[in-house]
Amino acid sequence: MQSVLRNVTKAGPLYSLARNIRLAAPLTQRPCVRPQFIRTLVTKRYTKDHETVTYDDSTGIGIVTITNHAQSSLGDVVFVELAEIGTEVEQGGHIGAVESVKAASDIYAPVSGLVEEINAALASQPGLLNKSPEEKGWLCKIKISDPSELEGLLTEEQYKAEYNIES
Amino acid sequence: MFLRSLVRRFATSAAEPLRKTPLYDFHIQNGGKMVPFAGYSMPLSYGDVGQVASHNHVRSSVGLFDVGHMVQSNFRGPTAQPFLEWLTPSALSGLSPYTSTLSVLLNQNGGIIDDTIITKHAEDAFYVVTNAGRRERDLGWFTEKIDEWNNGERAKKDGPVEMEVLDGWGLIALQGPVAAAYLQSLTSFDLRTLTFGKSAWIPIDGGYTLHVARGGYTGEDGFEISIPPQSTTEIVRDLLSRDPVQLTGLGARDSLRLEAGMCLYGQDLDEETTPLEAGLGWVVGKERKIAGGFIGFEGALKTPTRRRVGLEVEGAPARQGAKIYSPGTGVLLGVVTSGIPSPTLGKNIAMGYVSVEGGKSKKGAEVEVEVRGKRRQAKVVGMPFVPTRYWRG
Repeated sequence: MQSVLRNVTKAGPLYSLARNIRLAAPLTQRPCVRPQFIRTLVTKRYTKDHETVTYDDSTGIGIVTITNHAQSSLGDVVFVELAEIGTEVEQGGHIGAVESVKAASDIYAPVSGLVEEINAALASQPGLLNKSPEEKGWLCKIKISDPSELEGLLTEEQYKAEYNIES
Repeated sequence: MFLRSLVRRFATSAAEPLRKTPLYDFHIQNGGKMVPFAGYSMPLSYGDVGQVASHNHVRSSVGLFDVGHMVQSNFRGPTAQPFLEWLTPSALSGLSPYTSTLSVLLNQNGGIIDDTIITKHAEDAFYVVTNAGRRERDLGWFTEKIDEWNNGERAKKDGPVEMEVLDGWGLIALQGPVAAAYLQSLTSFDLRTLTFGKSAWIPIDGGYTLHVARGGYTGEDGFEISIPPQSTTEIVRDLLSRDPVQLTGLGARDSLRLEAGMCLYGQDLDEETTPLEAGLGWVVGKERKIAGGFIGFEGALKTPTRRRVGLEVEGAPARQGAKIYSPGTGVLLGVVTSGIPSPTLGKNIAMGYVSVEGGKSKKGAEVEVEVRGKRRQAKVVGMPFVPTRYWRG
């Protein structure tokens, strides 16, 4: 899972490699209703509140992170607090906070669902949010209750355009 | 995610166009991230240097701060000293020439209008630095009180007081354990003789003579240097910002002053707060506690019902506005006025006001602080949080 996420978030040739790895299993179990090259298994979307959610439709799980832009605005993260496992969250609801020396910033759920896992590594290594905000510094995994909510979120291009971020 | 507290802490209402210090262009050229602060456009940080790195550089080497947004004024005239002793509780008559003291301007009720550094040059000449965020209130107060004073008996007999605001002048702070060695390389003046709280006119390379005061707002050894408007950029660019000096913004300034246990007006001090509540009783001159003779005397010396205390907070950092409770109860003791995860200590520090009842404002007292709806354990501790390292000779 982690390796796929890591690959997908990188632009360029790795994308197709990642897609192929993920496709191997499901295709043997399900009829292929769409041509392989347009099938999206892992969808990454951004919020205006500077979070990302990477949704895997084979598991129904979305991995929540803050964006690289957010971590650079925040500065050195020293403390991360997240909703407990098993918490039912609504899209836009408060699910935690990230603290840097500079400021405390609330984290909002990009999608509705159930918090299935939180990144335990952040308790001892909050700096992961700076080093690897959209990968190793992931915040939590949410079992998404309504995947159509993703459609209302921003694509990477839209997010970057909104905040004038150079790719 | 929303950088709520960042906006709250550093932004000010931008109804009027922001003022610029003489170093504005210099900040831009050096990658300053400018934010509105106290009516000025000021650097929060520079380039990619994070707040913690910037903070640590000041603690271990030397940083340069633009504090030119602060209001520098001269008070002159035969009755300047009694006038300032009317406006503040400080014992200025006991101060030797070219010595500074922290002081407070008090309102009629003894509440703090502003905190200020007053430097006595002579009995008839004082240099006063006040906060940018209190500019209108302070200058209005000074103007009103000078008028009142100059129409009074004392001024009519001995002479009036004049105020000159040094608008457009530069003011920079060089702070850190390497500050003295750095500045010494630019002057023939023996800086060992300039101890904490002293000031002097010091010749600097290039033919300048500048007003230098030893002290600052970080708890480190350092200097505050006043520079005429037309020379500010040149002196800072060519002389005061070379390696190992690092430009330091408002972000690090806030974490450094908080570690040093120093107040930020508007957060830790306001007009409803007296010097005794704020733990600034020491700025009231000993004999003046009895003799009075300053505005707000009665109110200022009332036995406080709350005190400013230092706190160490477990888990989440407590910030401005966090409520302080008696452990395991709903008894509200007070509120946090400033708080951060301390870069130097690696723990959460805060200051706030705590009711003196029940001994909860005493060192070692256990309290609870509410952050995001959850109670966090906290302990009252002494300040400064990080020991100060002033040069006392």
